[in-house]
Amino acid sequence: MISFLLQAPPKSTTPLYVVGAYLLLLLTFSIVNSRRPRGSAGEYFVASRSIGPFLLLMSVFGTTMTAFALVGSTGKAFDDGIGVYGLMASASGIVHSLVFFLIGIKLWAIGKRYNYVTQIQFFRNRFDSDALGYLLFPVLVGLVIPYLLIGILGAGSVLKGVSGVPTWITGAVICSVVLAYILTGGVRAAALANAVQTLVFMAVGVLAFFLISDSLGGRFEASQNVVENAPQLLAREGEIGHLQFLTYCFVPLSVGMFPHLFQHWLTARSAKTFRVTVIAHPIFIMIVWVPCVLIGVWAAGAGVEAPGGNSNAVLAKMVGMQLKNPWVSGLLVAGILAAIMSSLDSQFVCLGTMFTHDIVVHARGEENVSEKARVRLGRIFIVAIVALTYALSLFPPPNIFNLAVWCFSGFASLFPLVVAAVYWRRATRAGAIASVIVAGITWCILFYDGLVKPTMEGIRPEGDYLIWGMMPVAFMVAASTITLIVVSLVTKPLPSSTVDRYFGVGKLPAAS
Amino acid sequence: MSIAGRLAWAFVALLAVLHYDFWNWNDRTLVFGFMPIGLYFQALISIGAATAWALVVKFAWPTHIEEWAEQDDGAAE
Repeated sequence: MISFLLQAPPKSTTPLYVVGAYLLLLLTFSIVNSRRPRGSAGEYFVASRSIGPFLLLMSVFGTTMTAFALVGSTGKAFDDGIGVYGLMASASGIVHSLVFFLIGIKLWAIGKRYNYVTQIQFFRNRFDSDALGYLLFPVLVGLVIPYLLIGILGAGSVLKGVSGVPTWITGAVICSVVLAYILTGGVRAAALANAVQTLVFMAVGVLAFFLISDSLGGRFEASQNVVENAPQLLAREGEIGHLQFLTYCFVPLSVGMFPHLFQHWLTARSAKTFRVTVIAHPIFIMIVWVPCVLIGVWAAGAGVEAPGGNSNAVLAKMVGMQLKNPWVSGLLVAGILAAIMSSLDSQFVCLGTMFTHDIVVHARGEENVSEKARVRLGRIFIVAIVALTYALSLFPPPNIFNLAVWCFSGFASLFPLVVAAVYWRRATRAGAIASVIVAGITWCILFYDGLVKPTMEGIRPEGDYLIWGMMPVAFMVAASTITLIVVSLVTKPLPSSTVDRYFGVGKLPAAS
Repeated sequence: MSIAGRLAWAFVALLAVLHYDFWNWNDRTLVFGFMPIGLYFQALISIGAATAWALVVKFAWPTHIEEWAEQDDGAAE
């Protein structure tokens, strides 16, 4: 029975036509719907702060879920079993909404009041430090690049698995399509495209779940295969350690420092706009992750082998092998690409925004750079970064999930900075700078030891890189937190005139 | 903050604790004949989280932040 199911149908070009049609429709939709007054920086970078609850939910969720959520989670469940859901999905349902509520709403309010467009503008003014801004820029860009890489690699592995398209072609096409609508419409185009793509990939994910389970003889049969052939994947014992599980909870803190998410928060029409996002986010995560995790363990139970030991390819292999109808396969691949592109677009826009506002405008002076020039410079930087990331994608790392966790860990290690910025008046300029430097150094050392060194030695890392059974992110967050607190306490506090502006949040002046 | 608001936050904290379901660590039971219990429980945590956040939004919403943000006192830079 299983061997019959595992026979892959010959690769067809039909899915490529379906994917091509989807990309064309997406491009047309995004460009047509984003034609508002052009050349306005406020419109291009923060959509005139006019995004409503539904679009905010879709854009925030679509941005957060990338190849990591679909391709990576399926591969990780294939390797380590159902515990992967508790590691990332349910923890994120609690932590992400917590961050949206406690950090996102405050930053939205500060951003609206002081007309901020980027994260760095906020930190630079909050700590009254140009040096902090120039330090954060390369750190944030450096962390967004692996995030972009995850998307491009994920797209490549899916299309290669289903239709045999070389990964370099897929990467080039995906980058070009996203660039086309981003360069035209900015963050509004990203939000609109995200809404459409989020709906597409959620619907397609659920469809894939039922079609794949049917092809395996139904969900009962599929799970029974796991009981017989890979029972260890049905629980966490032997696959995931207790400390590893607990310290994974630090990883979702990364959303507090994603620059692209910060930008999406600023697009909100009002604080109330966040309500739907805070409530629905955990459910949306569940809708995407539960099917992916089940597909991953079912693949292992059915005896599917990851090509070349690369578990990134498991989802594509399941779609390609189990679904005999190439039109349906094409639709599913389009859905997976939708999830990936819905993150890439926001990240592209955000990088352009940061370069324009935090480097060019800041250095030359606002009055010396016209709005049209800012938009143009943003576009040029976006193209340069995409070209760099595309070049890096030609040398792929072995595991998307692990690369994503490293990337998220880096952002999470900066999380103490944003917490201190909005909740701790005593945080100082020196404390903030020291915290970023320590976070960066800790991340570089552990990343080199945990991923770069083994990859260079040709060793494929088995499972997560752990220190005394714990995830490295726990040490990074601890190091940056301690540094921030200690250095702040031993250095001179910022003047009240600087700090008061940010701690008026929630305090209205007395009525006159 | 109202008592209802505090209870809503307590619900969030409870879910964070329950997320560490060590009692399911080595349990391979299939719920409904196909769903591993460890996955089923964690999916319930996700549903619980949405419920908890709905309660927080309802009973502990920071209305004052919006009012502060909307003030026009020439603060914009």
